[in-house]
Amino acid sequence: MAQQLEVNLVEPLQLGPVTITSRLIVGTGKYETYEIMAEALDASGAEVVTVAIRRERLLDEGGRSLLDFIDTDRYTILPNTAGCFSAPDAVRVARLGREILQQLDNPGKDWVKLEVLGDKETLLPDPMGTLEACRELVADGFTVMCYTSDDPIMAVRIRDAGATSVMPAGSPIGCGRGIANHAAIAMILQMLKDRDHGGQPDYPVIVDAGVGTPSDVTIAMELGSDGVLLNTGIAHAKDPLRMAVAMKAACEAGYLGYRAGRIAKRLFATATSPWQGLISPIAGE
Amino acid sequence: MKITVNGEELTLDIPCTVAQLMQRYDLADTASAVEVNRQLVPKQQHPERALADGDTVEIVTLVGGG
Repeated sequence: MAQQLEVNLVEPLQLGPVTITSRLIVGTGKYETYEIMAEALDASGAEVVTVAIRRERLLDEGGRSLLDFIDTDRYTILPNTAGCFSAPDAVRVARLGREILQQLDNPGKDWVKLEVLGDKETLLPDPMGTLEACRELVADGFTVMCYTSDDPIMAVRIRDAGATSVMPAGSPIGCGRGIANHAAIAMILQMLKDRDHGGQPDYPVIVDAGVGTPSDVTIAMELGSDGVLLNTGIAHAKDPLRMAVAMKAACEAGYLGYRAGRIAKRLFATATSPWQGLISPIAGE
Repeated sequence: MKITVNGEELTLDIPCTVAQLMQRYDLADTASAVEVNRQLVPKQQHPERALADGDTVEIVTLVGGG
C-alpha cells in the first residue's frame, strides 16, 4: 500500500519537452532576500521556477544576481513575459528569454510563460493580445505556457492556437483570493481534459495566480488541475519557508484526493456505525 | 559616437562591438541577452557586431518574477 502511494505521488507531468514530478511551480519574485527565496524554492519541492526578464543594472558591478541563488542544474527555468501589454512586446521578451536560457543550457530554453496583460490594476490578460502572441510564439518553435483568465471559451481558443498548457488565473495575480470561480475552472478542465467535451485527458491545465493559502492549492488540485503556479502566497507569507512546505503538502493532498475519487455529496447523513445490535431503542421507532 | 544603453546615453571614442560593450560593463560572462535597435543579437555574433552612432542597445537578464 505504501509503495503504491509513493508511485502515485510521483506520477510525472509532461509539459512539452519538460517532464516534472512536482506539480507545484513557484515564482522567484517578491522575496525579502535571495537567501530566503532559495530556501523557499527548496522547501516547496518545485522543479520548475518562473523568472522575469529585465534590464541589467549597469552600474551595479559585482552585485548579486538571481542566478547566483538558483541551481540551474536542479531547476527548469520558465521565463515569463510579465509586464508586457502587447503581443509584439511579449514576443520580443520571450525571444530575449530564450537567448539567455540557451546560454545556460537549461531545459527551459524553448519555453515561455506567456502573459499579455490588459492593464496594471487588474493584471488580467488581454485576450486578443494573448492569442496573437501565442500563435506567433508557437510558429517560432516555443513551448507556450499560456496565462489566461478563467474564461472557458478563451481557454479553448488558446489550446487551439497551439499552447502546450493553458494556465487560467484562480483570481488576479497576487491578490490571494484563491479560486474565485470554481465553476469556471471546473468548466475549463472539462472542456480541455474530458473527451466528452472535446478535450484530451493528458492536456495540462495549471492554475496560475491568485493563490493565497494552502487550501486554495488543494481546491485547484481537487478540481482536477494538473498543477498550480504561485509566487506571492509563499514570498509574502510571514514565514515563507513554512508556507512553502504547506503549499507542497497542499498540492500533494489535492492531487491525491482528486485521483482517489471523492464520495458523493448528500443532503442527509449516512451512519458510519451499524444500526444492528443497539442496546437502547431509538426514540419514535 | 553616441549610443543609448538601457536608456542611458553613452559616448564612445573608439569603434566598439557588442562583445566589447559587454566587457566594458563586466557582463561578458553573465547570462544576458542583447538587442541592438530592437533586433536580437545572439551571443555568438557579439564579437562581429559593430555598434554605430545612434544605436539603441538593450541588455537584459533574468530577475525574480512569478
